[in-house]
Amino acid sequence: MRVLHGIDLEVRPGEALGLVGESGCGKSVTWLAALGLLGGRARVGGEVLLEGRNLAGAPVAELERVRGRRIAMIFQDPSSSLNPVHRIGRQLGEALRLHRGLAGAAVDAEAQRLLDRVGIADARRRLGDYPHELSGGMNQRVMIAMALAGQPDLLIADEPTTALDATIQAQILELLAEIRRETHMAMVLISHDLGVVAENTDRVCVMYAGRIVEDAPIDAVFEAPAHPYTRGLLAALPELEGPRRMLMPIAGVVPEPANLPAGCSFAPRCDRRIDACEIAPPASTELSPQHRVACIRA
Amino acid sequence: MTALLEVSNLARSYDVRRGRWPFAKPATLHAVDGVSFALPAGRTLGLVGESGCGKTTTAKLVLGLVPLTAGEVRIGGERLPPAHSPDWRALRRRMQMVYQDPLGALDRRLSVGRQVMEPLVIHGLGNASERREKALAMLDAVGLTQHHFDRFPHELSGGQRQRIVLARALILDPQLLVCDEPISALDVSIQAQVVNLLLALQQKLGLAYLFISHDLRMVRQVSHEVAVMYLGRIVEQGDPDRLFATPAHPYTQALVSAIPTHTRGRKRRIVLPGEPPNPVDRPAGCAFHPRCPHAVARCRLETPALRTLADGRRAACHLAEQIA
Repeated sequence: MRVLHGIDLEVRPGEALGLVGESGCGKSVTWLAALGLLGGRARVGGEVLLEGRNLAGAPVAELERVRGRRIAMIFQDPSSSLNPVHRIGRQLGEALRLHRGLAGAAVDAEAQRLLDRVGIADARRRLGDYPHELSGGMNQRVMIAMALAGQPDLLIADEPTTALDATIQAQILELLAEIRRETHMAMVLISHDLGVVAENTDRVCVMYAGRIVEDAPIDAVFEAPAHPYTRGLLAALPELEGPRRMLMPIAGVVPEPANLPAGCSFAPRCDRRIDACEIAPPASTELSPQHRVACIRA
Repeated sequence: MTALLEVSNLARSYDVRRGRWPFAKPATLHAVDGVSFALPAGRTLGLVGESGCGKTTTAKLVLGLVPLTAGEVRIGGERLPPAHSPDWRALRRRMQMVYQDPLGALDRRLSVGRQVMEPLVIHGLGNASERREKALAMLDAVGLTQHHFDRFPHELSGGQRQRIVLARALILDPQLLVCDEPISALDVSIQAQVVNLLLALQQKLGLAYLFISHDLRMVRQVSHEVAVMYLGRIVEQGDPDRLFATPAHPYTQALVSAIPTHTRGRKRRIVLPGEPPNPVDRPAGCAFHPRCPHAVARCRLETPALRTLADGRRAACHLAEQIA
């Protein structure tokens, strides 16, 4: 079963890139594949270049120098990413020993500084807590601290606030923005929430059924969406202000990865479909220097 | 006009232990603490707030699934009878619940048709062929087809499963549907399908909805009135357009400003400090005061009541006039 069908994507130093799409479209798998985290049964083709060096198929030792150190990841559910039977301090210390080669008292001092940095009050005492003693928002702060432990150049944030309440989500996104202003770390923000992506990234890639269907600067996506799927996503979202309008859902459901249509994967749900859409998957074309779309009707 | 559902001073508390030791000091957790509202037939009341604010407990109290500590629930002017009594069972036909996770609400081993017919069996209504006919009509009403009758939940998509949950809830012709995060587990493009279906069903069948969600945009889309809860109490209540455009309570203001949106040029975001306190340690005075950017000495001492402001809005804040 093929789940990704040729993802071409580029993150520049210090850039914030949004990756948007519905469940099962391949947002997360893209990054797990890039970092070699999919396990032995997955076959990954193509190349993953980090400053010109190919990571795809690279030996484990080389990947391990990249994971956590050059590229760090945080996930949706922090409490399942943390080990429930170890104290926060020990888990954070492990990351510091591994990625920064610290030892002894330096580990504790740095762990405390990191917790402080992510806005956890009374950091010294918190190092002795277990994950279940902290709230979801606090645990996500701990995850961010662990991600920062290796001083990465790129942070992959996979739905970092989806499991959190609205006011806590605002805190975490503000924290990430603050850290990026300070460190110039690049970020890939994976989210199903177009609003979250709009407020926190410069550019967005919209994914559908294992392909990137649109790649554009944030303003272009919201002001002049080119792909019918992007337009459909925007029309399906209610607004918080202004007159209430009838929502325009996208008809049908996402196709199963095993039964993708021969042509454009979105064609069966698309209101602009023509016969030519069903022949071959559309190639990505350039609408303007920064705006690419994979649709023959765009 | 008598409202279909009238809730006054609803309260539910639990005895808990403070800390993890068996001899720890007992304490009382006030999950819902003095909630009142009225819901007329054919209308929607949206209930919003963060996790642990008592939204779901309120829903369960309304249906009698959790016993009341204090207060009263009236359906069509009559007091809700004690749970599991014959009168309550009869009344439950008029009020049904829809949960967040459709797969969890459905039985994986039973075909769709049997599950949709089950409420009729439980209430001893109709014979086998009448039940089947009614179930097929319900599947049609929620946008499914006859082919789905013999399918099993795992063969269907998330949106289709939620339609089945709806069909099953509607087969008894209820007047009130309590929807607890009915669309949160669904993808954006499917959420709009289910919300439009809920609105169409309301128009056609005159249903009243108690619609619980943390998604303020969806709540505004479906509600005629909105109540915002914080730590077991309603802190603001009113017309959705006004409540979201110019919130009166500082908590609502922060909640609304926290919603990420692509409409730029918006007001500045209010990032609240800290997290909602543990309901066991409910702060004295106004429960929101430790996180409130406007709090004054009075807020620490005196609990504000939900009151009607000069412009007709209702808010539980001493300073509502000054900060609006």
